Amino acid sequence: MIAAAELVVRLDRRTVLDHVSLAVAPGELVAVVGPNGAGKSTLLRALAGLIRPAGGRVTLNGTPLAALAPRARARRIAWLEQGARVAWGMTVREVATLGRLPHGDAAEAPVAAALAAVGLDRMADRRIDRLSGGEARRAMIARVLATAADVMLLDEPCADLDPAQGFAVMRLLREEAAQGRAVVVILHDLALAARYADRMALLHAGRVVADAPPEAVMADALAGRAFGVRFGAGTVVLPA
Amino acid sequence: MTASLGLLAAVLAAASLLVGAAGLGVPDPVILWEVRAPRTVLAVLVGGGLGLAGAVMQGLLRNRLADPGLLGVTGGASLGAVLAYYWGLAAAVPLALPLGGLAGALAAAALVFALAARAGTGAALILAGIAVAAIATAAVAMALSVAPNPFALAEITVWLLGSLEDRSWRDAALAAPVVVAGASLLLPLGARLDALALGEATAESLGVPIAATMRIAALGAALAVGGGTAAAGGIGFVGLIVPNLVRFGVGERPGALLLPSTLAGAALVLAADIAVRLVPLQQELRLGVLTALLGAPLLLHLALRHARLE
Repeated sequence: MIAAAELVVRLDRRTVLDHVSLAVAPGELVAVVGPNGAGKSTLLRALAGLIRPAGGRVTLNGTPLAALAPRARARRIAWLEQGARVAWGMTVREVATLGRLPHGDAAEAPVAAALAAVGLDRMADRRIDRLSGGEARRAMIARVLATAADVMLLDEPCADLDPAQGFAVMRLLREEAAQGRAVVVILHDLALAARYADRMALLHAGRVVADAPPEAVMADALAGRAFGVRFGAGTVVLPA
Repeated sequence: MTASLGLLAAVLAAASLLVGAAGLGVPDPVILWEVRAPRTVLAVLVGGGLGLAGAVMQGLLRNRLADPGLLGVTGGASLGAVLAYYWGLAAAVPLALPLGGLAGALAAAALVFALAARAGTGAALILAGIAVAAIATAAVAMALSVAPNPFALAEITVWLLGSLEDRSWRDAALAAPVVVAGASLLLPLGARLDALALGEATAESLGVPIAATMRIAALGAALAVGGGTAAAGGIGFVGLIVPNLVRFGVGERPGALLLPSTLAGAALVLAADIAVRLVPLQQELRLGVLTALLGAPLLLHLALRHARLE
């Protein structure tokens, strides 16, 4: 169980997260949605233990993240940065193997399994900078899978993937959740979130304004207000 | 690849012992031991330190055009040596020049280290290094412009060009512990540099202590480069070019470059130092001039290639 309790994060004296509470249990897939600038990425970074909060705290099975050694934390929480890129022309396998770094091994089995899961097992020795955007993204996701962490945090893993690949990534994350991991994923595509998430947490201006099953959040006028749009008959309509 | 580079460096080291101005041949034992051997050892130390520091800096900053000179260590070493000249220490005290260079390199390293500790990111580290280098360059220029006599000016200028000519075992003994200490800090950084390929935030999420890594890398690179620079003067472009050449052979994973770049750097400086002995000029061509002549076009090629790939 990864849980943020009354989390307050200030960056450059601006309050980015304002008393945010969110708990994700093993086996759950929670989609964090909200307009740009709502604080979604900051929330994920805080859950990953990469930001020191100004108030509140993040706990993993009751232990404050601050009390965990960085390596121990990294073994249990894997994080995919938004728009993550690799600076060098490393091979897909080398990138995925970085997921084993917190374990201090380069174990082949979890890496091979991760590459197979994202469908890159035949491209393992290709340079990541020679792949398509979607393939490179899947390689980055394989790196997260290879850690085999209890908690997986992914910031826009489906951005700029075509619909089929987006669905494939979400199915994969569902399987990871089914194996007992807590999965938190930031999504811009509300349809993907509604289809695959157990719960949607709607962030607006640094606050959680809704945290409920997707159908409840989507039906809620709050969501529309947060995005500055209206939902109607399964579509999103710009306000008149 | 690593084995072949090691073999290449060993062959070149042997050649460096056997090649003189008069050509190839087994020299007089005194010349071999007192002249060629320290020169060969210094070439290995200078080149190995530069190649390794270059590979680490490029990995740390995720930029294939990064150079250990960016840390201001070369500038600091130059300033230290120039000051030794300026106060006439070089003429009065043996080894004053490399000792001055070493003091300057260590001072610059300490400054960059302190700044890196506060900086915490690669970009800030580079800015700190550039600032330190700029201060050192300005101070060198000032010392040159108010140099007490024209001979000092000429000697300083020649020293700044970098050379391994007429170096003794004392020079090698001075440089060796410093370079080895730097290398022992840098060589274990491979896995951390691999993680940094994904950016500083992701590396941190993988458990890599970013600030500590910056400090170790800055200090290690400063020592690995500073020790050699103190003894040999400024040898440009080796730290920049060597990792880029090695990437063709071993791929781009930053951690995989460290040992091969050390060996390739040693091989390159050994080869260049053999070449300067063979060029038929009145005075021996300065090693730093040759590496710059070879390195600058390679840099241009890399820059253009990189621009095209972007």
